[in-house]
Amino acid sequence: MKLVTSEYRTISRISGPLLFLERVRGGRVGEMADVRLRSGEIKKGQVLQLMEGTAVIQVLEGTAGIDAEDSSVYLSGEVAKTGLSMDMLGRTFNGIGEPIDGLPPVIPEMRLDINGLPINPVAREKPSHFIQTGISAIDGLNTLVRGQKLPIFSGSGLPANELALQILTQAQAPGSTGDEGEGRFSIVFGAMGITAREAMFFRKGFEESGAIGRTTTFINLADDPTIERLFTPRISLTMAEYLAFEKGHHVLVILTDMTNYADALREIGSAREEIPGRRGYPGYMYTDLATIYERAGRIKGKKGSITLIPILTMPEDDITHPVPDLSGYITEGQVVLNRQMHRKGIYPPIDVLPCLSRLMNLGIGSGKTREDHRGVADQLYAFYARGRDARKLIAIIGEEGLSGLDKKYLRFADEFEKRFVSQEGEDRSISRTLDIGWKLLSMIPKTEFTRIKEEFITGHYSRGD
Amino acid sequence: MYEIKGKICEISGSTVIAKGMVGAGMHTTALVGNDGLLGEVIRIHGDRATMQVYEDTTGLGLDEEVISFGKPLMAELGPGLLSGIFDGIQRPLEALKAASGNFISRGIKRRALDSSKKWDFVPKLKKGDTVSSGDIIGEVQETERIVHRIMVPPGITGTIEEIKEGSYTIDEPVTLLDGGRSISMCQEWPVRRPRPVNGRLNPDTLFVTGQRVFDTLFPVAVGGMAIVPGGFGTGKTVVEQSLAKFSKADIIVYIGCGERGNEMTEVLTDFPKLLDPFTGQPLICRTALVVNTSNMPVAAREASIFTGITIAEYYRDMGYGVALMVDSISRWAEALREISSRLEEMPSEEGYPSYLGARLAAFYERGGRFTCQGSPERTGSVTIISAVSPPAGDLSEPVTQASLRVSGALWALNTDLAYRRHFPAVDWNISFSLYYEGLKGWFAREVSEELPSLKNEAVAVLQKEGELKEIAQLVGIEALQDSDRLTLETGGILREVFLRQNVFSATDAFCPIDKQFRMLKCILSFYTVGLNALKDGLSLDSVLSCPEKASLFRMSEMPVEGFSEWALGYIESLKKRFCL
Repeated sequence: MKLVTSEYRTISRISGPLLFLERVRGGRVGEMADVRLRSGEIKKGQVLQLMEGTAVIQVLEGTAGIDAEDSSVYLSGEVAKTGLSMDMLGRTFNGIGEPIDGLPPVIPEMRLDINGLPINPVAREKPSHFIQTGISAIDGLNTLVRGQKLPIFSGSGLPANELALQILTQAQAPGSTGDEGEGRFSIVFGAMGITAREAMFFRKGFEESGAIGRTTTFINLADDPTIERLFTPRISLTMAEYLAFEKGHHVLVILTDMTNYADALREIGSAREEIPGRRGYPGYMYTDLATIYERAGRIKGKKGSITLIPILTMPEDDITHPVPDLSGYITEGQVVLNRQMHRKGIYPPIDVLPCLSRLMNLGIGSGKTREDHRGVADQLYAFYARGRDARKLIAIIGEEGLSGLDKKYLRFADEFEKRFVSQEGEDRSISRTLDIGWKLLSMIPKTEFTRIKEEFITGHYSRGD
Repeated sequence: MYEIKGKICEISGSTVIAKGMVGAGMHTTALVGNDGLLGEVIRIHGDRATMQVYEDTTGLGLDEEVISFGKPLMAELGPGLLSGIFDGIQRPLEALKAASGNFISRGIKRRALDSSKKWDFVPKLKKGDTVSSGDIIGEVQETERIVHRIMVPPGITGTIEEIKEGSYTIDEPVTLLDGGRSISMCQEWPVRRPRPVNGRLNPDTLFVTGQRVFDTLFPVAVGGMAIVPGGFGTGKTVVEQSLAKFSKADIIVYIGCGERGNEMTEVLTDFPKLLDPFTGQPLICRTALVVNTSNMPVAAREASIFTGITIAEYYRDMGYGVALMVDSISRWAEALREISSRLEEMPSEEGYPSYLGARLAAFYERGGRFTCQGSPERTGSVTIISAVSPPAGDLSEPVTQASLRVSGALWALNTDLAYRRHFPAVDWNISFSLYYEGLKGWFAREVSEELPSLKNEAVAVLQKEGELKEIAQLVGIEALQDSDRLTLETGGILREVFLRQNVFSATDAFCPIDKQFRMLKCILSFYTVGLNALKDGLSLDSVLSCPEKASLFRMSEMPVEGFSEWALGYIESLKKRFCL
């Protein structure tokens, strides 16, 4: 670190969120800068790139009001850091970690680089603890495991926020010790570019569920500077790492909406005149998203864990859009919301077919959930897929053209959506979820069961009702 | 050794430009900045050298010093590679953890191999023998299973003046040659250059994976190359991991290139416990891991596949059959694209540099079956199984297409199958293998001459099933002829029983090739006998409701022992029921 901060009055160019500073000596990539305007106002910035004495600085609060003549820039010599303290639980901050709840600033216990460092793969502990969210489509078919990163792929107008809040309030993990000390459960909520209405929705939800005291909130609203969005998930995860790996908490992190984050990344990319990739997003977006998502996990010898639920909006409900596509390649599965199911009045409108939890097998089975869990999930999937095929068929040939068996599958698919997926406001235990699963499976003749062990069928198969 | 010192004048992401670098060579390494981050020169312009830096450049400053030693990026090769886990530039992750804790901080340097550990060296040659490149001078028991053959490094010849026996570290000389030269158990090799061989051999032996859809339908030969493209969630990693677990190879090199940390943790915790189905030894004893997860520095990700294949070639040179798993090559290509764009090179398709295809081909062609250099005479192979992650699952994208041009087998994974939880989600309509003709002799010798024709019949049934399904969607299934409905049923059985395989089931995860053959034979016998029965006037219901059809579904979970007897009995009982 430098002892003296250096001041420059050599701004040569201002372009979008970027500012070009000349004759810089000894600047550092990633160091934070203060831009002092003629009015005395100070804006924060960060050095992105250095070339031949020119520093490219992204200005967080936007470049409005900065002029090349009278504004000056101070380089701090320090990379972006955030102060951390246990007092931050229950508090609300803006997208770059400044309090916005009217309370005084926190006195930090430590200050850490918001970019974090990659977890050494040999230091990671294999996730293996089942988290019961109380939602059948997740617990039964796409089980969430402690230390996992499982995003919700939503579309505009779909109830992703409601689902996230429900998961937050219902999530139980065996072994967490309630509200005190190590092993306690806390929440970090990071919001990028959400509306004031959404922010209020979450705030109210936290208050009503009593979770507010164990929640740290970082909010960048839709009308806040976009560049700050690049900082919000990193600050949120730095807080989560502090809680999980310094204080031993089981931390659930919600980041919403990653699509807004990606758009901010694209904005900086185009301001830097980088070669755009698919849909204008920068070519390094995969790596950039990975440095966020990969911060979830467990570490050997540490009691805490970070479970990450990012929410993102699929533009036009298109799962092949770069944001959901690249996210899906990094995260350990995905929960996908579906507009048709939403229109049918199914809540949560989870389309289980494209959903996946890659870590499911680590968290289920005897001793964790139930020994028949894997088989029930696989068989429900196979039958439901077949039922959906039958649904497509009747569009062409009418229900009369279906064989008797296909008609059974058709009914199965309808009932599955109505009784298994749909669960307005209900908090289901895992064994209740699996029992409902068996009831539904029993609508199909035993001879059709190919993915489940004989011994479980005899124990659970009941005559369909 | 000479030193060239320069100063940083530009920093952009993972690329750094330094001036005052006259004399620095292309693809030589340099220590960059006050923290001494490792970098590699990738462009020279006047006195300026552009380097890709293998560590995070945050906090790196202008005017900091750059030192080049004129040495390319090297891999360290010797006993201790197996059961080791390294990052993209071969730093041992365990040692990094000991040095910097749970998170990887910057500027830490650690040797790949443990230089304090002693290995028992057993000489195979004696004083007075003349040696040249690749000759095996002695052996070390590296793991319970693998004998590590100590070879004369490429390019060295001479007469042995002294050869030792006993416990030595990798740096102590175990053989002295005339002229004062010595050979230790450890050698270095530049990762970007293929290790020398004597000649290439034909791929004519099956690379046994124990997965029915691969071995029987789309086999890859020992020394061949298969690519596994698929959208997210289609099971690329599960395919790579089950091949790493169950395929018949002496050595596995697994490259986790820009993928998930938790997946590597799974490999790390599972492999010491899982046993090799062929030898009963823990899998980790035959495995070396090169891991550069998606959040680790992007330039080191670019280097990781070269580090990995150099280790693979080194064991190949000992005469071993090596399988190289790359998961995923697309992440490597993205790293290449990112560096290329920082260099402001003219992009071609999708922003990838125009040399993407050439680089990929050069990498893939390092695989193959070879006669190795040196004596005794031996052959070794590197079989490459490379996962590809096409954006949006679209196979027309550049990385998939460039890989396809040089690959011998395509195992395309299909999102729709994955949604139905049909795993491995291999799309039998577009996958292919160019090795089949060359492997026919092997199948005839090791399994049965009948297998290729059974396979053709199965493919034909699947093809017909696809067509019939389309018709059934238009006219309804009841309108189809009985024989066509039997074809539909058989296609369903082939998919559900034969192509689908449960990697989580202890019995089904690995299916020996002989059981594969017999399963296929049973299914197709049911089909043939059933068709004849229909011709003889029996009803479709009587064929479909026979207990022989139901028992087909239990085959995958039946134990391997006694399966061939069961299969013979099965065909007998089929004939008894329908051919009287």
